[in-house]
Amino acid sequence: MEALILTVLLTSVPLIFAASGELIAERSGVLNLGVEGMMLMGAVSAFAASSIFGSPYVGILAGAVAGALTAAVFAVFALGLATNQVATGLALTIFGAGLSGLVGAPFVGGTIDGLPTLAIPLLVDIPVFGNLLFNHDIMVYLSIGFIVIIAWFLTQTRAGLVLRAVGNSHDSAHALGYQVLLVRFYAVSFGGMMAGLGGAYLPLVLTPHWSEGMTAGRGWIALALVVFASWLPSRILIGALLFGGITIMQLAGQARGWTIPPQLLSMLPYIATIVVLVIIARNREFARANSPACLGQIFIQNK
Amino acid sequence: MSQPSSLSDTHLRPLFEAVSITKKFGDFIANNDVSFTIHEGEIHALLGENGAGKSTFVKIVYGLLQPNNGKIFWNGNQVFIPGPQQARQLGIGMVFQHFSLFDALTVAENIQLAMPPGETIASLSVRISRLSAEYGIGVDPDARIHNLSVGEQQRVEIIRCLLQDPKLLIMDEPTSVLTPQETGQLFSVLRRFSENGLAILFISHKLDEIRALASHATILRRGENVGSVVIDGQTNRQLAEMMVGAKVKNISRQNAPEKSEVLFEVKKLCRPKDSIFSVALRDVSISANAGEIFGIAGIAGNGQDELMAALIGEWRGHDDGILIFDGMDISGKGPAERRVMGMGFVPEERNGHAAVPSMRLAENVLLTGHSLGNLVRYGLLDLFGMRAKANLIARSFDVRLPEGNPLASSLSGGNLQKFVVGREIVNVPRVLIVSQPTWGVDVGAAAFIREAMLNLAAKGSAVVMISQDLEELFTIAHRVAVLNDGILSSAEPTIDLTAEKVGLLMGGTHVSREERT
Repeated sequence: MEALILTVLLTSVPLIFAASGELIAERSGVLNLGVEGMMLMGAVSAFAASSIFGSPYVGILAGAVAGALTAAVFAVFALGLATNQVATGLALTIFGAGLSGLVGAPFVGGTIDGLPTLAIPLLVDIPVFGNLLFNHDIMVYLSIGFIVIIAWFLTQTRAGLVLRAVGNSHDSAHALGYQVLLVRFYAVSFGGMMAGLGGAYLPLVLTPHWSEGMTAGRGWIALALVVFASWLPSRILIGALLFGGITIMQLAGQARGWTIPPQLLSMLPYIATIVVLVIIARNREFARANSPACLGQIFIQNK
Repeated sequence: MSQPSSLSDTHLRPLFEAVSITKKFGDFIANNDVSFTIHEGEIHALLGENGAGKSTFVKIVYGLLQPNNGKIFWNGNQVFIPGPQQARQLGIGMVFQHFSLFDALTVAENIQLAMPPGETIASLSVRISRLSAEYGIGVDPDARIHNLSVGEQQRVEIIRCLLQDPKLLIMDEPTSVLTPQETGQLFSVLRRFSENGLAILFISHKLDEIRALASHATILRRGENVGSVVIDGQTNRQLAEMMVGAKVKNISRQNAPEKSEVLFEVKKLCRPKDSIFSVALRDVSISANAGEIFGIAGIAGNGQDELMAALIGEWRGHDDGILIFDGMDISGKGPAERRVMGMGFVPEERNGHAAVPSMRLAENVLLTGHSLGNLVRYGLLDLFGMRAKANLIARSFDVRLPEGNPLASSLSGGNLQKFVVGREIVNVPRVLIVSQPTWGVDVGAAAFIREAMLNLAAKGSAVVMISQDLEELFTIAHRVAVLNDGILSSAEPTIDLTAEKVGLLMGGTHVSREERT
């Protein structure tokens, strides 16, 4: 049982990273559908860097940088050149899948040392919870840390207020003298970095090898997760565990010979997201307060 | 109303001075060599038609746009204003026409966004409460913007400006969303500010308001300053002619026929609220006679959109016998059926409702004309017929067109409005229902549209006109009823009405809203 819970926890880590990054981008009003592509770039860079330098920590760094750079490509088009965000995001996914396959070709079949676990002294000795919560690799702690920091950032800091303002009405923000495109560039880059980190987690911890398309749709689940969480960071955590649990149920179910077709289980995250969308649509007061009104809208500065 | 006498004192150093400002967008010259001066404590009106360059000019003053040419002086020193933050640092504040508020955020958060960094929400809330008490403008710092009325939102904007302790306050058409009573309150607040030394640059095209508030006026026409004057020395007519650059045509209605048949009737129309943002209609009754313009006054957001949708047939109730057109019950019929029977409709929003901006004018003709039978045969479009009709509308209604078969979006607001009104009138509907027919349209086009509606009525049709513009209602409507919070007052002949009386009926909702909270 403990093993199962641990697996669920680890499966949800890439989702937490990618979804909380996308949450920041979307709160600033940018819909970047390229999460899958950015995760793949993060995954391949992390694998390549850690097999070249022999350190998984360099891999983490490489994953973050690769994700941010991939997002910057998106930003140049969607923000700088004001292209359609949906089309650009889809293109980024295809681009990321192709480029990661190309870069990763020499590394297929290789293996790397996974991230070591860092037990937190004293806390790890707490009965029952200790091993479950405080005996993990650094990225598990980081993912929780990021959720806390993002929640604090959005509600308690001025920069977070500006970010929400830009996502709520870019025209008003511009009229007050805020640099809409710059704020969005930072948000998109941060989102890319987080997607890269989420991607990096796959070869560094979950399966210590590289294979093409190894994210296997996690980027899309992360996108669904942002909506499922109705743009609230704390709900990302709950949703990621839920969606991670569903993924594990598929595998565990197959191993134990359950009669539920695994395809049905893999549909669940999306069905849950649609249900949440319907609930949000019925509660417009809530939707107005939390969903970014300018999401996906193009902002062109008139100088 | 007292005019500070020191204003005429030429020894006073100007607070703000703009010299030879020129701003081009591509080939279009929005501001050409505009110079302007304002002194401390002066209330100065910036007058002009839509498109005269008023908004461009104040955006330059506030740093939102950069001029191609010209100099700006503040307290006698030349300054460069690269952005709104620098403008605010100098002491220039601005209240926008389309509010620059964030509707998902609270009042305090909205204000914090405009303040220099470092102040907490808590200390800001205290200052907001103190300032609103001092000037009698009440707002709750913790309320979310989308729960506030338009008048309340404007107060938030004003308080946001004042907390920055400006020396010059720019207000872009601040009264366009207010009842006459709210306008009066706003003016008395503004006068107190000006007595405390604040200079106010007030943009408007309503001459009576300008006369009531401002001492000086600068008039822009087609991007050029055509004169800065002391308002007391000018008549409204002189000011209007400076704005328009030509003699202003006088429009007046003829008397409605004494006894005529009822062409269009609404009997106790009720419509429930379908979301928290809509207004329920309660027992709305209308009876419009042949040859008459029936005016419906009221501040936007009191059920106009809901009523218009019900009159057009976009929304239909379950009961029969509510809407009667020329003796026939049309309650269950859709918009196309109603048009076939001889009704015409012009909804408020030109772009996207009355016309599709990304479609050509000829195609826009088809959008309301497809059911009338002569433009579609066997499911095929009569392209020549459509173009011919578009050209006919353009010719008869003075729509100035670019070459060829232009997109609706390539027309200016006034031209497109003349087109969508003309598109209906050219069919001579027996009943025409229009909403805000001259909203955001220049004086010349507005006069043309009003005259066209009067002519239609003179031919024996009935016109139902929903409008916020009291001047418009008093000029052309024969009878006026007021829509307030979904309830329509009884209609009174315009001759028996005064602006104060209509204003009181219009203002009811705002009073009751404040009582409730």
